[in-house]
Amino acid sequence: MSAEETVVEKELKVEKKPAEPFLSKRRKNIVTDPLSDDNPITIQVLGICSALAVTVKLEPTLVMSIAVVFVIVFANLIISLMRNLIPGRIRIIVQLAVVATLVTLVSEFLKAYSYDMYKVLGAYVGLIITNCIVMGRLEAFAMANKPYDSILDGLGSGFGYAWIILTVAFFRELLGSGSIFDFKIFEAIGWTTFPTNGLMVDSIGAFVVLGILIWIQRSKSGYVEH
Amino acid sequence: MQRSNIYILVFSAIMTVLIGGAMSLTSVILKPAQDKQVELDTKKKILGAVMDISTFDKPEEILNLYKARVKSVVVDIEGEIIATDDKGNPLIAEKVNAQKNHKIDREERLYPIYMILNELDPNVVEAYVFPMFGLGLWDWISGYVALESDLNTVKGVAFDHKGETPGLGARITEEKVRNRYKENKKIFSDAGNLESITMVKGEGITGLSMHEVDGLSGATITAKGVNKMLKEYLGCYQNFIMNTRGQNGIAIN
Repeated sequence: MSAEETVVEKELKVEKKPAEPFLSKRRKNIVTDPLSDDNPITIQVLGICSALAVTVKLEPTLVMSIAVVFVIVFANLIISLMRNLIPGRIRIIVQLAVVATLVTLVSEFLKAYSYDMYKVLGAYVGLIITNCIVMGRLEAFAMANKPYDSILDGLGSGFGYAWIILTVAFFRELLGSGSIFDFKIFEAIGWTTFPTNGLMVDSIGAFVVLGILIWIQRSKSGYVEH
Repeated sequence: MQRSNIYILVFSAIMTVLIGGAMSLTSVILKPAQDKQVELDTKKKILGAVMDISTFDKPEEILNLYKARVKSVVVDIEGEIIATDDKGNPLIAEKVNAQKNHKIDREERLYPIYMILNELDPNVVEAYVFPMFGLGLWDWISGYVALESDLNTVKGVAFDHKGETPGLGARITEEKVRNRYKENKKIFSDAGNLESITMVKGEGITGLSMHEVDGLSGATITAKGVNKMLKEYLGCYQNFIMNTRGQNGIAIN
């Protein structure tokens, strides 16, 4: 939890400046920090459940990423707009209601316009509600910052989540199913006997890939858990 | 900042009305599109159990093909055609809710059957498609099993599921897995007993009998659900199958 608290403190210290440039250094950092140095999955270790569940194939992972980015950006925006109206005592339930509404919207739209994807992702879209990253950003950032900054923060965290799960999905689909976006890559280059690894199709495969990713990243950035 | 209880109550009430309103509105607006998707999906599965429909891009093409080639009836457990429901309204096979139907006693259920007609001669039935319903690992699974006109050889299958794990149980909807049922598999033994088709445990198994198909690694429970569903429903359709074979002069040995 210490990592989470320092993040909150850091963000509360951000001071409001008049007429700040549209993409000032501070704002750029809001977007870029969660991509690597403060990544929601590899550093904050949030949203692991969905990172394990949907990453068997790239295509559902991509749809999941888009859905999460959409939900996190709009939830951040809405909560940020309402931040001075929300009573402190019921703020969590208000955040939850906003997130649940957006997630239901995504789910209903998928059902109406991309039925096949709706069937593949099934329960996981609904589980965005319980994705700690979304609630975490609302509580830690959107409740205390202006709408535009909150959108940037949502984009940063959303894409930080997205690129990690897409990387995990890339390796899992490649090694587990021998394909990329359902394109049989090994058969295409003539290696028809490629031994697909059943472990990669299981959740265990996601743990392994994710663990290696965290290892690489932390050995580069020198980040240590306290 | 500490707000009064009244403020919190009013705030909650307004939020509830706004969110509830937005949700109901979305549901109402998207309902027609969703219903169309579900209808299209059902028809795609019925046709997909029999033929390759991946070349059709437009939904209209599939709907037209369905209209031209599919005739549906509803039968009871005895294999007798039921034309109307309890209230005297005509029964439409496509409207039978498989999930609700599954919950009632098997003797009382309605059993829709889809007959795929010959392209040139609509009086000739090329294949029979039997819808079924069961339980997978997480939630329901459903299937359409198509039999050749001999009502023994499997022509193809199509499966659907609600919540099976992508990449594991959800693979039952993949073409690769469905094609395993097409390898001249038969539901009756040579002696004429209903054997159904069983998905074996493990994957990559060779030397399977005509009543077995290769399994799903990592999704044994889903496979068991599929097996149970096939066995149960083929049993329910058995009277219709026997009657029709008798009428068509196919030997029942």
